Amino acid sequence: MISLTSPVRTIAHGWPAGTKLLGLCVATALLFAIESLLVQGLVFTFVSLLYALPGKAFLVAGMRQLKLLLPFVLIVGLWHLWTNEYELGASIVLRILSAVGLANLVTMTTRLSDMVDVVAKITKPLRWLGLNSRVLELAIALVIRLTPVLVERGGQLTQAWKARSRHAPNWRIILPFTVLALDDADRVAEALRARGGFNNMEDI
Amino acid sequence: MEKNVALIALFAALIAALGLIPKITLAFGVPITAQSLGVMLCGTILGSKRGALAVLLFLLLVAIGLPLLSGGRGGLGLFVSPTAGFLVGWPIAAFVTGLIVEKWRSAPLAVVGSIASIIGGILVMYVFGVIGMSITLEKPLLEATGLVTAFIPGDVLKAFIAGMLTAALAKARPASVLSRSEPADAV
Repeated sequence: MISLTSPVRTIAHGWPAGTKLLGLCVATALLFAIESLLVQGLVFTFVSLLYALPGKAFLVAGMRQLKLLLPFVLIVGLWHLWTNEYELGASIVLRILSAVGLANLVTMTTRLSDMVDVVAKITKPLRWLGLNSRVLELAIALVIRLTPVLVERGGQLTQAWKARSRHAPNWRIILPFTVLALDDADRVAEALRARGGFNNMEDI
Repeated sequence: MEKNVALIALFAALIAALGLIPKITLAFGVPITAQSLGVMLCGTILGSKRGALAVLLFLLLVAIGLPLLSGGRGGLGLFVSPTAGFLVGWPIAAFVTGLIVEKWRSAPLAVVGSIASIIGGILVMYVFGVIGMSITLEKPLLEATGLVTAFIPGDVLKAFIAGMLTAALAKARPASVLSRSEPADAV
């Protein structure tokens, strides 16, 4: 699987994930509140600097993830060239790049386990409402474990299809795929219940 | 309880797996992915609440940094990008789709599933998506709508596929189409 995390270790890896997320929220809210082109330009320069600091490998990995913004940058750019609102166009483009760039920085420098810990921490108060936040943690683990299983199932179905048909697999393959997923859900549920179910989750 | 969690987790994984199916390009050059089909299926099969929860779980995993969106995308950046509105609309789309299938029982499931997917999976999702684009790109709603209309034919196709698949699943595994099971064995 393609990794979204940084290829090199940075200082930001050591910072608490919760603080980084909170900082990101504040920074994004400010970015969308500020209209000035000068400020947007300064912020963009600062974000670019953050990408450049950890070295070339980090910069390349970061740029690759920002590539999906290219169509939007082109559309907005051309639009404002056409309407002659150069300043507005530039500030919108810079803001999108900075906002997505900053958010990607947090993703790149935070380990998955740290993120799951933050999720666990902020969902803990839900226990007062009678919701067991351990169930959510288990569900996260289940999805991470089951996605490759389903992908493999899909591959097997594709092979079975190709062995029987001259045509390429089409949307019809999704039916047996979903049936298999539903049967898997039955077995996973049985396995969970056999291990004591969710009543014993607090003791684990 | 265990069954519900297993189903929600499995359908979140299903959305992820559908994102890995190669893109199909429509006749006029617009790529469509199977991922939003997964969102529709969450609604039509799991029903409103469980369907929305499965989509939320999937989005949570994307947000904490797993590259599960089609094209190997993921991370927090997507939630501030111009397409963030669509992601916000996903769970609501699944909820509305599921709600329609749960309430409207007088017509064949294939028809109900398709129409529910069009209303929930297209209408509701595009309302959120267009508002998101209009905010991030600072464009009027009409222009923002213009940017995404090319994707609507592909989504209509997916809505019909979702309807047909739901009806076929109801035959293959009748107990599993929770959106149509009796309230007594729900939740």
